[in-house]
Amino acid sequence: MMEPRDIELRVNGEQRRGRCEPRVTLVDFLRETLGLTGTHIGCEHGVCGACTVLLDGHSVRSCLMFAVQAEGADITTVEGLAQPGKMNDLQRAFQSHHALQCGFCTPGLLTTAQALLRDTPDPTEDEVRHAISGNICRCTGYQPIIAAILDTARGRLAGRK
Amino acid sequence: MKAAPFDHVAPASLEQALALLAERRDDAKIIAGGQSLVPMLALRLASPALLIDLNRIASLSGIRVLESGELSIGATTRQRTVERSDLVARANPLLAAAMPSIAHVQIRNRGSIGGSLAHADPAAELPAVCLACDATLVAQSRLGQREITAADFFRGMFETALAADEILIAIRYPAWPAGRRSAFIEVARRHGDFAICGIAATVDAGADGRVRDARIVAFGVTDRPVRLESAERALAGSRFDPHGGEAALAVAINSAARAATDGLKPRSDHHASSEYRLELAEVLTRRALTHALQGRVA
Repeated sequence: MMEPRDIELRVNGEQRRGRCEPRVTLVDFLRETLGLTGTHIGCEHGVCGACTVLLDGHSVRSCLMFAVQAEGADITTVEGLAQPGKMNDLQRAFQSHHALQCGFCTPGLLTTAQALLRDTPDPTEDEVRHAISGNICRCTGYQPIIAAILDTARGRLAGRK
Repeated sequence: MKAAPFDHVAPASLEQALALLAERRDDAKIIAGGQSLVPMLALRLASPALLIDLNRIASLSGIRVLESGELSIGATTRQRTVERSDLVARANPLLAAAMPSIAHVQIRNRGSIGGSLAHADPAAELPAVCLACDATLVAQSRLGQREITAADFFRGMFETALAADEILIAIRYPAWPAGRRSAFIEVARRHGDFAICGIAATVDAGADGRVRDARIVAFGVTDRPVRLESAERALAGSRFDPHGGEAALAVAINSAARAATDGLKPRSDHHASSEYRLELAEVLTRRALTHALQGRVA
């Protein structure tokens, strides 16, 4: 047991504070200390992508860094994509395309796609496939996920919200 | 799947990190991007008592071209930054070509170039590029700085020439000669997996239009990236200019590919057999050279 540390960071636009041991991963800190259980833990060694969050705007696996390393960082989790109780256009597209079944991989796919569409507003299907290649889904066969992301891109380009 | 307890320090200066490492070399580990180390901690393949975190040392990150024409990249520069750098694309097209093959975007957003090199996974892309380019790896300890050639740096599976009190601080790639051709290619089970076999190649021509120097490096096949010297020799002297002898060049490429497996003893593991890796080394050498010299997919 190591002495717990105080950690202060921004999560979904809010200043948050918590206390944990250095060995606690960012995903465990988000879920256990801050109570944000939207981010899922899959493999816990950086293979499945379920725990993807945005760290200062970039998609990262939150099981592959420790909470102490996120001191002062700006984190966006799936809870931060839309107002509580609402869904953004990407989430609605996942719903309408049946881009999830069990939903376990969905938070990681949504945050990954959010970063993709910010950097590449008009991606090709190939670019979408590459972008989500680090996120494992065992239900959908990926096709509806790709369709949902491309549809969101088209919608945003057309100026819909 | 939780790491064993450790203490964590993130010094603001390299001097502090080096002093701490000198004092705690037996039970400390350096962490930068952590994309290889954190899984090892989670699986408890490593359980250091202290992590010395380089992420707050700003001077260790950055990409620049030196007066000598060399490309210098700070060790903690994120792989994604290298991938998206116009400077890298111009100064070292081989490195730029290799970047997208490294894992997935979420890994490259966090993983550092120096971390991958110091980790020295035999199937990793960046060590092979260093060997093909004759890169220099700059190590620093409290006692001073040391420059290590790529050929000396990679000693074996997860083994490098870094001493216990040294930190890899930068990588320098020699200036890219005018007219150099290059190619990077790998085969993995799925996109983003470690390579079963890959080839990084550069080819330079002399004033007479013939191949003067070729570097053909295989990775993923043995315990470290390895130059395929028989293949390099087979290519030497052949006509470089595709207008002068397309057929002769194809013959040279084929003989280089056949020579690729000379003396090569690939490992067998659960990803692929030794025989399959030998086959890949030949096929990928042919594809890489065809791409580099004839500008098309073989």
